[in-house]
Amino acid sequence: RVPALYQMKIFAPDKCTAKSRFWYFVSQLKKMKKTQGEILQCKEMYEKHPLVIKNVGIWLRYVSRSGIHNMYREYRDLTSAGAVTQCYRDMGARHRARASTIQIIRVEEVAASKTRRPNIKQFHNSKIRFPLTHRLNRKLHKPRFTTSRPHLTF
Amino acid sequence: MVLSQFRFVEVGRVAYISYGPDAGKLAVIVDVIDQNRALVDGPCSGVSRKQMNFKALELTSIVMKIPRGLRPGNLRKAWEKQEVQKKWDSTTWAQKIANKKKRAQLTDFDRFKLMKAKQARNRLINVEFGKLRKTVKRPAPRLRKKKSVKK
Repeated sequence: RVPALYQMKIFAPDKCTAKSRFWYFVSQLKKMKKTQGEILQCKEMYEKHPLVIKNVGIWLRYVSRSGIHNMYREYRDLTSAGAVTQCYRDMGARHRARASTIQIIRVEEVAASKTRRPNIKQFHNSKIRFPLTHRLNRKLHKPRFTTSRPHLTF
Repeated sequence: MVLSQFRFVEVGRVAYISYGPDAGKLAVIVDVIDQNRALVDGPCSGVSRKQMNFKALELTSIVMKIPRGLRPGNLRKAWEKQEVQKKWDSTTWAQKIANKKKRAQLTDFDRFKLMKAKQARNRLINVEFGKLRKTVKRPAPRLRKKKSVKK
């Protein structure tokens, strides 16, 4: 009798967390616990083309204060891992969702024509061109006191 | 400030990296990732192709004519063909940076020489200034009309 073999793509900051999340998801999906199973391999998957800009579609499920919701979000990034990181930060910012309440269901590179979000579609312009207006002066203490107003338009 | 007076983020815009591990180097914007980041490459200036936040980039007046996402090999060829380094070196910005660097590397003897050179220059200027001052006709001192108090 050959035991079942499952593979999952986990987005985690380190191997330890990755293994833990693997068991978290596998227990939800199959009748298997850490004591009943064995992780055969946990290895980092590197991006095939890390210098090509991709539109990444992320399907996720998160717990809000008043219920559980599904979401589809899009991000532009060089790697899927980078896009997922953006997603976690974005969810925290927009919905105050902590990482523990977010479950990434599916991460997929989406062709430009198939993207759904206007804030991603606006970058699909081969002649993209915009100015950097009102560049803030972040060097508040270098010098701390000065007689001249900062130069913000370049 | 009118929109046309801004320098635009566009494919081919040469940028000066202002901070980070590649500070002080030039790179070209090869593609725009999103509102805050660009894919940037500087094959002739030692910047590997990477993403960079616009906050670290200072746009120069140089724009290269390159297609979006040009590969590093071809980018290097285009950089050399369009003489980007030469254009940069002739800008006042680059010259100021070079001067600053030179000043920071001066030895005490160099600083002495600089002081003497400045002295000599200022002496010449002051001599000319003195001559000009002598030729100006002094206007007659104006009599101040005292306002009489009306009783």
